[in-house]
Amino acid sequence: MSILVNKNTRVVVQGITGKEGSFHATQCKAYGTKVVAGVTPGKAGQEVEGIPVFNTVADAVKKTEVDTSLIFVPPPFCADAILEAADAGIKLVICITEGIPVNDMVKVKRALRGRDVRLIGPNCPGVITVDEAKIGIMPGFIHKKGVVGVVSRSGTLTYEAVHQLSTLGLGETTCVGIGGDPVNGTGFVDVLPLFEKDQETQAIVMIGEIGGDAEEKAAEFIKKNVKKPVISFIAGITAPPGRRMGHAGAIISGGKGTATEKMKSLEAAGVTVVKNPAEIGQAVKKALGR
Amino acid sequence: MNVHEFQAKHLFAQFGVPVPRGKEITSPEAATAWAGELNTPVFVVKAQIHAGGRGKAGGVKITKDKAAVAGFAKELIGKTLVTHQTGPKGRQVHRLLMEEGANIAKELYLSILVDRDTGWPTFIASTEGGMEIEEVAAKTPEKIIKEPVDPAVGFQGYNGRNIAFALGLSNIEPTVVNPFIKMLGNLYRLFMEKNCALVEINPLIITKEKTVVALDGKVSFDDNGLFKHEDVQTMRDLNEEEPLEIEATANNLNYVKLDGNIGCMVNGAGLAMATMDVIKLAGSEPANFLDVGGGATKETVAAGFRILLKDPNVKGIFINIFGGIVRCERIAHGVIEAAKEVKISVPLVVRLQGTNAEEGRKLLAESGLKLDVADDLWEAAQKIVKLTGKAA
Repeated sequence: MSILVNKNTRVVVQGITGKEGSFHATQCKAYGTKVVAGVTPGKAGQEVEGIPVFNTVADAVKKTEVDTSLIFVPPPFCADAILEAADAGIKLVICITEGIPVNDMVKVKRALRGRDVRLIGPNCPGVITVDEAKIGIMPGFIHKKGVVGVVSRSGTLTYEAVHQLSTLGLGETTCVGIGGDPVNGTGFVDVLPLFEKDQETQAIVMIGEIGGDAEEKAAEFIKKNVKKPVISFIAGITAPPGRRMGHAGAIISGGKGTATEKMKSLEAAGVTVVKNPAEIGQAVKKALGR
Repeated sequence: MNVHEFQAKHLFAQFGVPVPRGKEITSPEAATAWAGELNTPVFVVKAQIHAGGRGKAGGVKITKDKAAVAGFAKELIGKTLVTHQTGPKGRQVHRLLMEEGANIAKELYLSILVDRDTGWPTFIASTEGGMEIEEVAAKTPEKIIKEPVDPAVGFQGYNGRNIAFALGLSNIEPTVVNPFIKMLGNLYRLFMEKNCALVEINPLIITKEKTVVALDGKVSFDDNGLFKHEDVQTMRDLNEEEPLEIEATANNLNYVKLDGNIGCMVNGAGLAMATMDVIKLAGSEPANFLDVGGGATKETVAAGFRILLKDPNVKGIFINIFGGIVRCERIAHGVIEAAKEVKISVPLVVRLQGTNAEEGRKLLAESGLKLDVADDLWEAAQKIVKLTGKAA
């Protein structure tokens, strides 16, 4: 078992003929993911590493029965691409693109409301279920099949945590990057119940950062609904207020969204909060009694 | 991106939000000339910097004497204002906004931003105009009115009525209710059409003449939406930005200057923040946030070095790269190339992990450069802190 994606997931890559799209489509396929279609308008009939390219997502769905989309389309056209995927009947849309205007995402999120589609991201590394499907830009080789579910707002910081988990022999089930934008498709509170239900997942690592109140909401949820141990690190305790720290969503505004506040809420909910990002793996090991 | 009050008010006027008659002024002569044209009983001269708290810092002058405006302009232009938002260094004033005074009957607070929780644009309003809204929210949360607007249909009359009646406008001055609601609709249009991150009017006033006027104005834009708006891009004022941050942006780097003395260069925003945090845990303070991004090349690394070394506070450099898309050997090449170009006079610790890390570490070790190589995050942080001594 795993969450969101597995070896049967059939993927279409939107923006597959671009530099990023072709590189990562190839990497995902090499990992073993069923990347069976690509989309670039006007390039139907071409192939990228043996993956057929279609003009529209609807065509890809019809011809290859894909259920999941991985998006590398540039920011100005990305809202369009997400909505196209949803309209074509894709159930899981994973959007890697960074730099989509917030107001575009406001409209996309509203348009997806109440529909049978989940958006992950944007501005995220994607989702990987270890040894089954890598649908994103994370380096596959640092992952090791195991028992820890990882959900994170960051990319490389997630790799750091995964590396520690793998090195300690704990391994991961599924790792989900929910992205660093202020308006995104899936939050901590959407992923946590999936890990709680997943039989293989024995512990959950949640990596947050300054800005917004997704971690506070997660703390509330965990307190009521999560029995499995949750280990958390919140990045940005040294970040000054009012400055955007790289991610569009990583900003302390009006005194809200500080790392300290988030850590406090999580600790109150029984979460093990790690202050040193180098100790995430050790803390999980301890929580699992290994 | 932030803009000045006078630019915000230009936009307000464009979108049908009433503002006082005013003009951007950059010399005492221009102030005198504009005072003649303005023909008003009260003149207001406001320093234009990207920071609040200007009034308390002496950056706002009010006079009935037309002849006095040139003197105020002379005093303010070139002056450095220190407010609670500028930091101790303050900001130098380069331009003024000179406008007509207003007869204030009632001050209100109004802003619009995206509520991250719902993902909907949301108005925030309060009867406590002119105050710091964070303070109002902390002390008297019941005085904060929130009205989300459904982005599928945009601003509706009922959104406006909800705000107007909650503010008690019908009791204060019933004739302003309709113009107020119309103004809210215009603000919503401005917010969405121009890809704003925040539009704030504090205070929004009701005048004794029973009109609604934006007496102040703050607009910041979503950087990701700037590509859609050439007119907004031209409003950028480089005087208001940290020179090193401008250089970083020009090199596609994400850099924020901080006050510590360990410069760091990291790939990815989350890991960059975590690296800052770990420097602090190890007993020192980070000099900056620097994310070289997913597509780091030799050139970006070299640019990163140049920027870090231009900060005189930097006493040591910590490079922390977790190779995913970025391959560590490429970063190692970048470090070696950059070190040839830029004289690195401070201790350097490089931690490489992930894709081709071993190859990268080997390249560095064999380069003959004076640096420490590490593979563990905590070990690397302790090393650089030890090499630079504790924070001053």
